[in-house]
Amino acid sequence: MGNIIRVTGSAVEADGMRGNTMYEMVHVGREGLLGEIIRLEGDTAFIQVYEETAGLTPGEPVRGTGKPLSVELGPGILRSIYDGIQRPLEIIRGEHGDFILRGITVPSIDKKVKWHFVPRVKKGDEVKHGDVLGTVQETRLIEHRIMVPKGIAGKVQKIEKGGFRVEDAVCAIQSGGKVHKVPMMQTWPIRKPRPVDEKLGPEIPLLTGQRIFDTFFPLAKGGTSAIPGGFGTGKTVSQHQLAKWSDASIIVYVGCGERGNEMTEVLQEFPHLKDPKSGLPLMERTTMIANTSNMPVAAREASIYTGITLAEYYRDMGYDVALMADSTSRWAEAMREMSSKLEEIPGEEGYPAYLASRLADFYERSGRVKNLNGSTGSISVIGAVSPPGGDFSEPVTQNTLKVTRVFWALDTTLADRRHFPSINWLTSYSLYTNKLGDWFRENVNREWPHLRGKAMSLLQKESELREIVQLVGPDALPVSERVILEVARMLREDFLQQNAYHKVDSYCSADKQFKMLHIILEFHKYANKLINSGKTVKEIMDMDMVTEISRMKHLAEKEFNQMYTRTIEKMKGG
Amino acid sequence: MAIKEYKSVERVFGPLIIVDKIRDVSYNEMVEIETSGGERRYGQVLDAMKDKAVVQLFEGTSDLDTKGTKVKFLGDSMKLEVGKGMLGRIFSGAGKPIDRLGKLVPEDRLDINGAPINPSSREFPREFIQTGISAIDGMNTVVRGQKIPIFSAAGLPHNELAAQIARQAAVLKGKENFAVVFAAIGITAEEARFFREDFEKSGAIERIVTFLNLADDPTIERIITPRSALTTAEFLAFKHDMHVLVILTDMTNYCEALREVSAAREEIPGRRGYPGYMYTDLAVNYERAGRIKGKKGSITQLPILTMPSDDITHPVPDLTGYITEGQIVLSREMHRKGVYPPIDVLPSLSRLMQQGIGKERTREDHSDVSNQLYSGYAEGRDLRDLVAVVGEEALGEREKKFIEFSDRFEGEFVSQDRKENRTINDTLSIAWDIIKTLAEKDLKRIDPEFIKKFLKK
Repeated sequence: MGNIIRVTGSAVEADGMRGNTMYEMVHVGREGLLGEIIRLEGDTAFIQVYEETAGLTPGEPVRGTGKPLSVELGPGILRSIYDGIQRPLEIIRGEHGDFILRGITVPSIDKKVKWHFVPRVKKGDEVKHGDVLGTVQETRLIEHRIMVPKGIAGKVQKIEKGGFRVEDAVCAIQSGGKVHKVPMMQTWPIRKPRPVDEKLGPEIPLLTGQRIFDTFFPLAKGGTSAIPGGFGTGKTVSQHQLAKWSDASIIVYVGCGERGNEMTEVLQEFPHLKDPKSGLPLMERTTMIANTSNMPVAAREASIYTGITLAEYYRDMGYDVALMADSTSRWAEAMREMSSKLEEIPGEEGYPAYLASRLADFYERSGRVKNLNGSTGSISVIGAVSPPGGDFSEPVTQNTLKVTRVFWALDTTLADRRHFPSINWLTSYSLYTNKLGDWFRENVNREWPHLRGKAMSLLQKESELREIVQLVGPDALPVSERVILEVARMLREDFLQQNAYHKVDSYCSADKQFKMLHIILEFHKYANKLINSGKTVKEIMDMDMVTEISRMKHLAEKEFNQMYTRTIEKMKGG
Repeated sequence: MAIKEYKSVERVFGPLIIVDKIRDVSYNEMVEIETSGGERRYGQVLDAMKDKAVVQLFEGTSDLDTKGTKVKFLGDSMKLEVGKGMLGRIFSGAGKPIDRLGKLVPEDRLDINGAPINPSSREFPREFIQTGISAIDGMNTVVRGQKIPIFSAAGLPHNELAAQIARQAAVLKGKENFAVVFAAIGITAEEARFFREDFEKSGAIERIVTFLNLADDPTIERIITPRSALTTAEFLAFKHDMHVLVILTDMTNYCEALREVSAAREEIPGRRGYPGYMYTDLAVNYERAGRIKGKKGSITQLPILTMPSDDITHPVPDLTGYITEGQIVLSREMHRKGVYPPIDVLPSLSRLMQQGIGKERTREDHSDVSNQLYSGYAEGRDLRDLVAVVGEEALGEREKKFIEFSDRFEGEFVSQDRKENRTINDTLSIAWDIIKTLAEKDLKRIDPEFIKKFLKK
């Protein structure tokens, strides 16, 4: 037990803290505000406080808890919205009103609800850390698997069945001379990765229903991706689209230092959106962490770790989890703020010298893995980055690119002309393209990698030609190159542009993506044929077929398939 | 808590003082200072230590000495007295009445720092506000509860535009439950008078609460001016069910005041000397906008900021853009061409537009029309650049049409009179009239159904 000796913003110093440990959770002041020790110097501890510190006075007590900052894991996490330290915002609202005050203590998971526990093991079975003891239907979509917590291994002495609260013991495990009573809920320190058996390589794409991602810059299940862009380029809309349509089983959405209304949008929209596969509301597979920009900055720093720990927990059950972090720059800024309060020597642009290693540690918690219980699960991480002035040379973007394998570069010029998603197709890359090519070849179409390559080179060629046009005008180009310009424009406008707000276009299946691309590339061949038979570029572009192609993205799958067959036949025949 | 008075001012520097030999002083506590000459000023504790405290003075440190200055710690954070009687009145940036109309009868005393709205209590804003300005209503629709700044620069008519929006958006609709909170942050007396006269002329003056911190008022008071304004707005919106429009001008001055305090505290500076926590600090203000479930009122924020040397990547517009739900960007080029309002729609954006428009809100064709205007105008502007290089003769028929389209867009759609109040139907009719310029097959963004219905040949 110590006493406060200094308060500046979210940083508090206390003395009499000898014996307390680094990263220990503490209660600060008479109101018991939550904090975490982030530096120790002799008798003095530096504490970052997760709540508003106005009114704290030197002399007030500081009490250690003996535990690191941890989250509660168990059924009830899905469909919840938490703040950065896993306090459920719905319940806070019910108990404390519309504004978040401080000194609020509410349990992270509801301790009163009864869940129906179905055992998977029987008396006498040998179990160890990570093994599944039984299941609970957490939502209509997701079966929650209750696992043996860390540090326990032995013989099942007793296993229950039926309705239980999360803290009730559902299993008794005998190890050595001791009997452990195991409840459904367990806790885990957020800064410590949950262990796995081994890391596997990426083999399967995380399909997102977004053409620019799936076709051109695919992300693998278990992969990492950075999506940097200046304001207004559509980071958040992209993140929302990924949360809505990607084919992960579980979505963890971390709103880190961003707008309150954006979280509200997710909260109000997701219960009404249906998962394309199951037809059930998307909220049934989603959990959210909302630490908006006006909430305490230290909790923002923690929110990323809270999110990834929840993701790891569901991965351990054998699920494919996708985590969206919007925005990692705000997280880095929170680190910078704390670092500056600690008077650490700053690295680049005032960020702490450990920025790069913290970013790497976070992204390394992703991956496709073999779990301790033998199942396979994955965490894909998509981190938004908000570079000041849209300049990608700043430290957060650069250090993120060092550790992520996919780079979706948002572009202000594209956004200004309402080309959405405004991902620049020339500067973006995915290091998974070749690896995942096999999957696309086997599961969508043999020609996929081939068409993708062709389309890419047309876009590349277009950018070269446009430079020439800027100097000499379009008429100076040979006809075949003017055709390339037109086809590239089709690629940009009719394929790459995708309207997140259109009921059909918002999600595009892999099959439709392939066929759309196929139509455009066949059109290129067809146009060249027509040119050889004497038609002009203008005549070709005035054809009804061109208008039809421009409207194909708005066609529902069935209608589109008819149009596809018709158009391809016509081009091959004519 | 008992009030503690000390005479132990140890250091005076910039807007700060250090008071020594103190006890039991809280972080963020309000402080009353009495100079040797008997003048009273207010401040706030920035750093509370066991036996000393760093205090920031809102009204400056001139005339302070380290001998006779008395410091009283008031035992509580800074509070603002609020009441419905504030409507029609004028206050200093710190919330003292300065209009010689006597004291305010307060209904409540509220912490000026407010508290974050619980994200799960928020109601998503979808209610369309008609500002009567085509470039906004048609292209960057604003909804009740949105925060959308005007990015301007020295010499551009942002004040006229803000006053026109305040006049047209709000006054006509539902007079009873509507209010404007106007905060002048470091602007000139002349600019403040312009707003005042405009409000008076429109007869809305009794619905407006004004907070004045003029260019010659103490710089540090600028830090609390928007907080006073937003505390008042929250009170009117969520206690009295009013739709409140908050105009904060000029946020660049606010940021400069932050920088001044930060420099005095010798903090490690971020970009261009602004403090590293400026994003959080701005967010704490800008996020005090929105709607709350089950409450009738709303807070819509219209901050104005001037971009130093027209640079949109300057930290003030940059951080603001990352927090607000879009931005309205004024362009010097359009202004030179004589376009009023000189809104450059390409970098402008309203993030909440899609949810606020369409059938039953504005009109079913609205979204498609605005997309078509955007892409047509962007293409026309590119072609204009090309003409500068290769001459108009080099262009085809289609290209010429796009240039004509973008000229008409600027001249007929964006341009309007300072008094002109267009309905959304007016705006969309003008849009369709301009869209006629283009060939039908170039109207890729519009649903064929709408073309049939709205395109009059």
